[in-house]
Amino acid sequence: MHPVFRNTATLSAYLGLWAILAAAIAALMRVPDDLTWSQALSISVPLCMLYAFVCLTPWYICRGLPLGTARVTRLLINQLASAILACTLWIGAARLLAFAMDIGPKLNPAVPQLVVLGLLLYLMSVALHYALLAVEASREAAVQTRDAELRALKSQINPHFLFNCLNSISALTSSDPVRARDMCVLLSDFLRKTLGLGERESISWREEIELARTYLEVEQVRFGSRLRVEMEVDDACADCQVPPLVLQPLIENAIKHGIATMVEGGTIRLEGRIENGRLAVRVENSFDPEAPSPRRHGLGLRNVRSRLATRFGDAAHLHLAAEHDRFSAEMVFPCHKATT
Amino acid sequence: MKLRAIIVDDEELARQILREYLNKAGEVEIVAECTNGFEAVKAVGEQRPDLLFLDIQMPKLDGFEVLELIDPPLAVIFVTAYDQYALKAFDAAAVDYLLKPFSTERLGKALDRARALLSDPQPRALQASDLAAAARPPGQTLERVVVRDGTKVHIIPIAKLDYVEAQDDYIALHSEKKQYLKQQTISSIEAQLDPARFARVHRSYIVNLERIARIEPYTKDSRVAVLQDGSQLAVSRSGYTRLKELLGENI
Repeated sequence: MHPVFRNTATLSAYLGLWAILAAAIAALMRVPDDLTWSQALSISVPLCMLYAFVCLTPWYICRGLPLGTARVTRLLINQLASAILACTLWIGAARLLAFAMDIGPKLNPAVPQLVVLGLLLYLMSVALHYALLAVEASREAAVQTRDAELRALKSQINPHFLFNCLNSISALTSSDPVRARDMCVLLSDFLRKTLGLGERESISWREEIELARTYLEVEQVRFGSRLRVEMEVDDACADCQVPPLVLQPLIENAIKHGIATMVEGGTIRLEGRIENGRLAVRVENSFDPEAPSPRRHGLGLRNVRSRLATRFGDAAHLHLAAEHDRFSAEMVFPCHKATT
Repeated sequence: MKLRAIIVDDEELARQILREYLNKAGEVEIVAECTNGFEAVKAVGEQRPDLLFLDIQMPKLDGFEVLELIDPPLAVIFVTAYDQYALKAFDAAAVDYLLKPFSTERLGKALDRARALLSDPQPRALQASDLAAAARPPGQTLERVVVRDGTKVHIIPIAKLDYVEAQDDYIALHSEKKQYLKQQTISSIEAQLDPARFARVHRSYIVNLERIARIEPYTKDSRVAVLQDGSQLAVSRSGYTRLKELLGENI
């Protein structure tokens, strides 16, 4: 449905504008051949009310022929043809109204102006509709970006992780109070670091890696010798600016769908380096190909993908591969350094 | 009565706290501790415990699959950190569960409830496969079927399942020329399978659509589906209508 109909206030404002226009047109028609005000108005008001709705049709035509993607000639021909059609309707209706009031000939002098006016009004409506569509598109894009960010923030602290940690701490308080305390400190560290990230658009790769390290240290307490970690991160990437917690879902998946599925556990390998001015990150982990199907699958990765796409467009990609019992996620995106 | 219990959890610390609480509570003897689903099925078979503490996310077999593979009756207490769908399923099936981390008091209540359940002369049968289905997030279909054959556990990935045949209270799962019996109704497994890949073609048959070689007329009113391996399955009239919808007119 056309946005004008979305609420009565916009619809009445729109029709109000046309009423003013109707008055102006009536004044125009009166001049050459002495139509009375009432005669002129009884033609122009119904005419304008009709045309008000005719001028809404570009909404559908413009959506079918978006600027930039539709061919220019096709676009021009279509829009001009519909303008001429609309204008014919406009003049025809004016003549019909005049004829019905037995003042047909008296309208004739005003017809050329009415033709020009009809065409102009319609084309103006086309232009306004394109503007309206552009505004709606950008608003939608903004909503999508915000949604993606919100989902990212929500997934920051995985409840499963949090409660399992608390359970480990609970177990350690009697058997190994020192380790229990260490784990409290580690978990607090991790939570504090992630809590502040909501307002920040970018953080340095150094901070991101630090977060992943803290997270893995916490998980190390849970999984003990089942979790082995190898890190090979090039210092050259440390200052790259990255979307906060873009690495986190990959690490979480490596634990959840990798290490946690294996009785003997396995290795998570994290690599980061600069390749052709882009930051290339690789997370590799062992997994059991015959493990129970993961519950709640793929949300984290989808999130990473959409955040990379909104931030970097085609310049970024996330590639996943499973080979035998090794799973790898590779993420590449431009390395922007902070400007300060 | 001293309860004999088995603890199943892949995390050492999670087993440790349960062990500690249970020792303190007394009246419970821990007869085995398992770190994965396979071990759990084996231990339950050998030890015949009264009570099972069962984690959900584990290597090899998850908690629900373990439940499907063991012989009732015995009391099961699920132990989990967080799983919104599973909790709903537990509530619906009146299965007890502990949320990590839990207190000794909460564990005490669970033990009382387990004792009450075990002393009930007519224990309710718990339909493990239905519980597993209810605990799955909406829209997610079965990816593999687990079957126990004596002490052996078979895992059949859905892609290797040719067809399912109803046999009284059991279903026969046919996969790679072998047949596995499982105690489950055909309607219950039908509801768990992906309707785009499997079709109920007859009261007694569910078929993997990819395995159908052709459909042949049988009697005036019925047809038979010939599978790639040559097996023939009866197709009812409504089954044929369903197949036509899924595979198009040219079958």
